[in-house]
Amino acid sequence: MLKKIKKYSEVIKETLDYNLKKNKKVVLMGLGVDDPKGIFGTTLNLHKKYKNRVFDLPTAENGFTGFALGLSINGMFPVITHQRVEFSLLAFEQFVNQIAKWNFMTGGKVSNPMIIRLIIGRGWGQGPQHSQSLEILFSHIPGVNVLTPSTPQSVRGLFNSSFKEKKPTIIFEHRWLHETYGNSPKLNYFTKIGKAKILKSGSDITLVGFSYSVINCLESAKILKKFNISAEVIDLQSLRPLDINTILKSAKKTKNIIIVDNGWSFYGISAEISAQVAEKLCNLKNLKIDRLGNKNTPMPSTKSLAKLCYVNPYDIVVSAEKMLNKKFKNLKKFKLKEYYADQPNKNFLGPF
Amino acid sequence: MISKKIQIKLLEEMLKIRLTEEMIAKKYYEQKMRCPIHLSIGQEATATGVCFGLKDSDKVFSAHRSHAHYIAKGGSIKSLLSELHGKISGCAKGLGGSMHLLDLNKGFSGAVPIVGSSIPIATGTAWANKLKKLNDLVIIFLGDGATEEGVFFESLDFASLKKLKILFVCENNFFSVYSPIDKRQSKKRNLCKIANSLGIKSTFIDGNDIENIYLKTKQIKKYIKKNSEPFFLLLNTFRYIEHCGPNNDDHLKYRNINTIKFWEKKCPIVNYQKKLIKRKILDHKKLTKLKKKIFNTLIKSFKYAEEQNFPTKKILNEFIDA
Ligand SMILES: Cc1ncc(C[n+]2csc(CCOP(=O)(O)OP(=O)(O)O)c2C)c(N)n1
Repeated sequence: MLKKIKKYSEVIKETLDYNLKKNKKVVLMGLGVDDPKGIFGTTLNLHKKYKNRVFDLPTAENGFTGFALGLSINGMFPVITHQRVEFSLLAFEQFVNQIAKWNFMTGGKVSNPMIIRLIIGRGWGQGPQHSQSLEILFSHIPGVNVLTPSTPQSVRGLFNSSFKEKKPTIIFEHRWLHETYGNSPKLNYFTKIGKAKILKSGSDITLVGFSYSVINCLESAKILKKFNISAEVIDLQSLRPLDINTILKSAKKTKNIIIVDNGWSFYGISAEISAQVAEKLCNLKNLKIDRLGNKNTPMPSTKSLAKLCYVNPYDIVVSAEKMLNKKFKNLKKFKLKEYYADQPNKNFLGPF
Repeated sequence: MISKKIQIKLLEEMLKIRLTEEMIAKKYYEQKMRCPIHLSIGQEATATGVCFGLKDSDKVFSAHRSHAHYIAKGGSIKSLLSELHGKISGCAKGLGGSMHLLDLNKGFSGAVPIVGSSIPIATGTAWANKLKKLNDLVIIFLGDGATEEGVFFESLDFASLKKLKILFVCENNFFSVYSPIDKRQSKKRNLCKIANSLGIKSTFIDGNDIENIYLKTKQIKKYIKKNSEPFFLLLNTFRYIEHCGPNNDDHLKYRNINTIKFWEKKCPIVNYQKKLIKRKILDHKKLTKLKKKIFNTLIKSFKYAEEQNFPTKKILNEFIDA
């Protein structure tokens, strides 16, 4: 079968369209879902096709998250979109106390399926309040799925699976992933929630990433190959539930594992994974674990400092070099181009 | 009556904002200012009229669209432009960008890009003034979108309860990004009455009528201080270019062409210039001279910002706490 190459944002739109069509209970909502930009193209013009099921909303995040829960416990399937993760924080109470607990509080009698889409900003001076990923805050709470698709394929599969769930699901979309291309599976393709995916198999070292950090892992695997190091790259896909077994299996094989966070590693996703690997493989001889994350400060706006804060493929290779006790010749030449921290590519000129 | 001197000054202040914003827009494509920008072109009268005559100890807060408020409160243009360029000489040393302006010497206390979030912070500042027995004013600028957030109501409520000396200024430009107000708020909603029902006096003024804003807010400020009471001011106005970025985006057709034309005719600056010329307070020669003066300072300020250094790692390391 011929494979189709599509843009990540386009695949989201198609998948939302597909589910709106298939399931009349699906309702799309969020600031700007019906505007001329359509959430970076991911909801563009869907309001014209589904007149009474796509809603722009007032700037009232706390309130409308509760409204969505109200829809959900009454049999509808709301999809909320926030153009930045940070805007959803206004509704953190609704999320932590209500959405994540409703099913439990009702003794399992009432389920509240819904999707909350959170978009992570990066680059072009987004600064301290428009570039946080914060996956860990959401993944900490029992009662929800937290997904981090990194490819057009997994974004298709994970969205489709989320629409089948009885549980609420948070889907993190990295703004820079919207602009990426990849194989796009057919409309009714599903990805199992709670399964990691080995994107590239290897034998010397395991690199674990999720969301945009997967792109960095893949890039560093390419560099490592030039130094004859075979890296295995695991895309977590799902942070909660977490597929620890796939990670353990790989770590047992390579005995060297680097976990790359999308945000801060301090108390981060990488902290949880490192702890579990250490606990479960403590008898494995010569096991080495490292984890990388953004610099432990808020994200500065100026690109001169932002570039120092983000983990980049070069940092991963340096960590691997140390872990494997190697000395890579001329590694410096893989240091990144100037625009890396600030733009996903030269055409990305903001403003956001 | 407003003195001739003040009339010229009001115009000059508005021009300063307009020319600064226009030059930012013009130079944005050079990619030296690498941060999202929300320009205030068209909304100069609200900022100028409200901030005119404030003392440095009076404090102003704003949100994402804050350039005009910052400039009107006397904020340094060099620091503003440096901040947009991500330079160490920026008002937040390049850490904040356009969405986090401040000038503490001038009483511009802060601006944040999470809609509504600076309203309670300003209210808290007015509370601090009260606890510290200071007689200074606090002014918070907020958009029509921000009045949809819960904290807006909570802040009004608390300011009324504690009798805080704060002026809430809502600049209604009828849009939140691309979203028109009638898609977000009931047609029956009445902001001034909402404030009244919480025990706060309110006024509505045409937000492009600089003299009226200046005169009325002068009285309002007196009222707030005399009675130790908050006040709510609603100003209708219009932004001329896109929500975020340097371009005109009217081709997207989210705003009715008649509405755009209506507001273009109401340009606060063009109309005030005409008025002053008619009153013989100004002539074309003087106006050109005035613009030239502002323009030249701007050129120098841009040059300054471009020549400054980027911050180094050292400043970042000061903030590491883990
Ligand atoms: C809590 C939150 N929700 C959404 C946004 C996205 N956003 C940025 S500016 C803006 C428009 C707000 O409109 P308004 O308050 O009227 O100000 P204006 O842009 O018209 O000056 C929105 C929705 C945000 N920054 N914060």
